[in-house]
Parts: sequence; C-alpha cells; structure tokens
Amino acid sequence: MSFAASERSAPYWLAGPALLVFLGLVIIPLGMTVLLSFYDWGQYKGIVPEFTLKNWIEIVTDSYFFEVFLRTFRISILVTLACVLIGVPEAYILNRMSPGWRSVCLLVVIGPLLVSVVARTLGWALLLGSNGLVNQGLMALGLITTPLEFMFTETGVVIALTHVLIPFMILAVWASLQRLDPQVENAAASLGAGFFTIWRRVILPQVVPGVLSGAIIVFALAASAFASPAIIGGRRLKVAATLAYDEFLNTLNWPLGAAVAVLLLVALVLIIVGSNRLVERRYAQVFE
Amino acid sequence: MKRNGALALVFHLAFVVFMLAPLAIVCIVAFTPEGYLSLPTRGPSLRWFKAIFGYPEFLRAFYDSLWLAALSSTIAIGLAVPAALAIARYRFPGREAMTALFMSPLMVPHVVLGIAFLRFFTQIGLSGTFTGLVLSHVIVILPFALRLVLAASYGIDRRIEHAAISLGADTMTAFRRVTLPLILPGVVSGWLLAAINSFDEVTMTVFIASPATVTLPVRMFLYIQDNIDPLIAAVSACLIALTAGLLLVLDRLYGLDRLFVGSGKG
Repeated sequence: MSFAASERSAPYWLAGPALLVFLGLVIIPLGMTVLLSFYDWGQYKGIVPEFTLKNWIEIVTDSYFFEVFLRTFRISILVTLACVLIGVPEAYILNRMSPGWRSVCLLVVIGPLLVSVVARTLGWALLLGSNGLVNQGLMALGLITTPLEFMFTETGVVIALTHVLIPFMILAVWASLQRLDPQVENAAASLGAGFFTIWRRVILPQVVPGVLSGAIIVFALAASAFASPAIIGGRRLKVAATLAYDEFLNTLNWPLGAAVAVLLLVALVLIIVGSNRLVERRYAQVFE
Repeated sequence: MKRNGALALVFHLAFVVFMLAPLAIVCIVAFTPEGYLSLPTRGPSLRWFKAIFGYPEFLRAFYDSLWLAALSSTIAIGLAVPAALAIARYRFPGREAMTALFMSPLMVPHVVLGIAFLRFFTQIGLSGTFTGLVLSHVIVILPFALRLVLAASYGIDRRIEHAAISLGADTMTAFRRVTLPLILPGVVSGWLLAAINSFDEVTMTVFIASPATVTLPVRMFLYIQDNIDPLIAAVSACLIALTAGLLLVLDRLYGLDRLFVGSGKG
C-alpha cells in the first residue's frame, strides 16, 4: 500500500471498531424500536409483527397521552426557566471569584452532577415531604400554617429537576463568560454606565449564546428525565419517560411504549435541531 | 476584576445551600438511631450502616456496578482512543457524521435507548445478561470518553511523533512511547468520567437489568419506589461519600473546570 493510500484509509481503520459497535448497537436497535411502534399488540396474543397504525392513532387521539406530553414539556420549560434565572447570576458570581474560592465553589456546583440522580432525588424526597425540613422550616417561620404539598406534584418535580440540571446551565454560561474581556466591562463603567446598564448592554448580549445552548441541554434532559419524576411524582403524575416505562414493564404493551418513546425522541430532536439552527443563525457572529 | 457585592454573596450562599441541602439531609438522616426517617436528635448512630450488610442484594448490586463500570469504561476508552485520533488528525468523508453518531447517546433520551436495547437484546437472546449491560453501557459512556481524549489529541504536536518515526520507531512503538503518554491525562480522566457515568446510569439500565443482574442505582431506585427508610439513606450516603472521594481525585488529576468547560475543542 502506498503512503498516500494508507493515509487515506487510516482514519477508517482507527475509527472502524467504534463505528461498527455504534452501527450495530445504536442504529439497529433504534430502527427496531421504530418498527416495533407499528406492530400490533393484544392482551393475550402479545406482540404481533403486523403493520398497523393502531398505536400511533391511540397516542394522537387519546387525550391521556396529550396530557402526559403537555405535562412533560410544561415541567421542562419551568425547569429551564428556573435554571436560567438562578444559573446565569450564579455563573457570573463564580466568574468574579478569586481562583482559589472559585475552584472550591466549582466542586460544590459540579460535584452533585456526578452523584447518582437516585441519591439526589432521595434527598429532595426527604426535604419536601409533608414532615420534611422545608415544610417544618416554613411553619417554624410562621410563613405557612399547613404543610405545602410538594411530593407527587409538578412543583416538587420542578424543584428536584432544577437541582439535577442546573450544573449544565452554569457550565454553559460560565464557558461563554470566560471568553468575555473584562476590559469591556471596565470601559463601560468608566464611561459612566451603571451596574444594570452594563449587564443589559454589555454582558447579557455576549452570554446569550451560552445561555441558549445551556437552555437547550437543560430542556432536553428535563423532557427525558426519568428517575426524579418517578420518585417525586409517584405513580400517578406521569411524564413521557415514566409512561413509556409503565407500558414496557407493567402493562407489557411494548408497541405502544415504543411509540411513546419514538414520539419523545422525534419531538426532542426537532426541538434541539430547530433551536440550534435558530441560535446559530441569530448569533453566528458570536460563534466566530 | 471587581469583587462580588454583598447581595451577590448572599445569593451565592443561598445557591450553595440549595445545591448541598439534599445531599446533606441524606447523610444526616442516615445516622439516625430510630427505626423510621428522622434527624438523629439522640446522637448519631451507625445502626443503619450496619444494617446494609444484612441486605446482600445491595452489596451484590454494588459489586456488579463496580465491575460493570470498570469493564464498560475500559472497552469504551479502547474504542474511543483510536476514534479520537482519527477525528482529531484526519479530514475524511463522513467525519462529521461519524462524530455526530458517536456523540448521539448524549442527545437520545436514555429511556429511548433503554427501550431500544431491551427490544434488541430480547431478539438476539442477550436480555437480562451481564454482557447486554456492558454493551449498552459502552454506548452511553463512549461520548464522555471520546470528548476528553479528543480534547487531549487536538493539543499535541505531531512533529514529536514524526521525529520518533524518523528515528526508526514503527507506528505501534511511536504510539505507545510518544502519543499515548502525551494524551494520557485525557485518557485517564476520560476513563474515570466514563466509569462514573456508567456507575450512576439508571434510566437506561432499569429497562435491561434483570433480577439476576442489577446495578446499585437501579436496585436503589426500585427500593425507593416501594418505600423510603433510613436504610436507603445510609446506602445513598455511602454512595455520596464515594463520589466525593472520586471527585477530589478527578479534580487533582485533571481540574474540574477543564474537565467540564474546556472539553469542546483543544
């Protein structure tokens, strides 16, 4: 083999093993799942590999599914908003800290990201229960007289998911803050701009791409979250992921569960790709 | 650079409390001497930590999880290193598509992957096996390994490698003696991050785990679905302590900010 030819085929040899594994274990199973969503299913006959639109018609026409998907996206939007409102100022504060403090605080911010979601959600279940610390504290302060219901409510799920996903927002915003030239901020201040003017006219426009890409990540992860909604939301407050789980492992209606999963995947891919396009077109100059 | 104002520090303090409160409460409740969920007002007790040893299913799940994490992250890094070198060094048709495919497990919801693997493994007779768990974990953790190795590979000077080859080293020797040591920090951190992600994965694993092969997070999740008691708090507290230890190692080894923020490109 000549040198040029080996240089040309080298990347394929190098990436070949990983490529084969991914074709076999990502493309084929996902394709099979899409197919499965068009199969028939009956209580007694099980899965019948005959083409039918039954599952898809059921999902589109039954208002139960609409309700679950609506709840899923409502929770995701609220979580995304909460992450923006808390994460952006926090990232800014982190960025202004001295390097020593910052690395300690970064451990606090990113650390929970690596702790099992199950353990973190358990913490929220303990805090948010009707006898939990949050309710006890609020009652001791005299702010409320009867315990607030957090468990098995959307509010509880939103709180827990915000905690789980906010590190992603902070990391995204922080990455864009690091590219910021502090001299521009100083220049604005020396020209007489106040704190809020600097924020609005100088800092915000430059970190918006970071905020948006963080928002996309948070939204996508919130919409497909499973463990936190399952533990905090309980068996009744279903989201798309827990609904698919139920169809697969309790009802055993795999084709219907597959249809729910495929719909979630398609909806998310459309939202992610669409908003990525939007972000890149709108802020193309910032990414240069 | 200007300092943070008092208001900013109050906000920051509230945020730190928000981040740590759920982890702290788990660790505190785990030390309760009572038979029910409560704060250890009568002084801490190790009762529930000892109780873990009475539940062999948690211990077995822990060992299975460790094995799974070690095995799948080793395979993932084995696939990721050559793939990263290919992506970092060559411009070839399909490069973008291939990178997107390797990163796709980050975008595809884990529920969907879990369902896809359950269906696939049932068809090919791997359902409920440890092999199935390993294969599926390799897929979901490969993006983490790839990203870090990729970041390390972009930074190295290829002339050093060329020098080695011109001095008579063959390709393998050049890789082993020159390239690998240069990208080693990325490889080690990639392996560790992949292992942590494998160890923590619950959403996908809950679909493909069987009673015979179940990971610790899945076992904990199934337990919590039935009831929440101090025992599960003690198990979680152990997990939190373990992760905190690993986190410090990772921070020393690679720097957390670099690990998470600078991981896009070079």
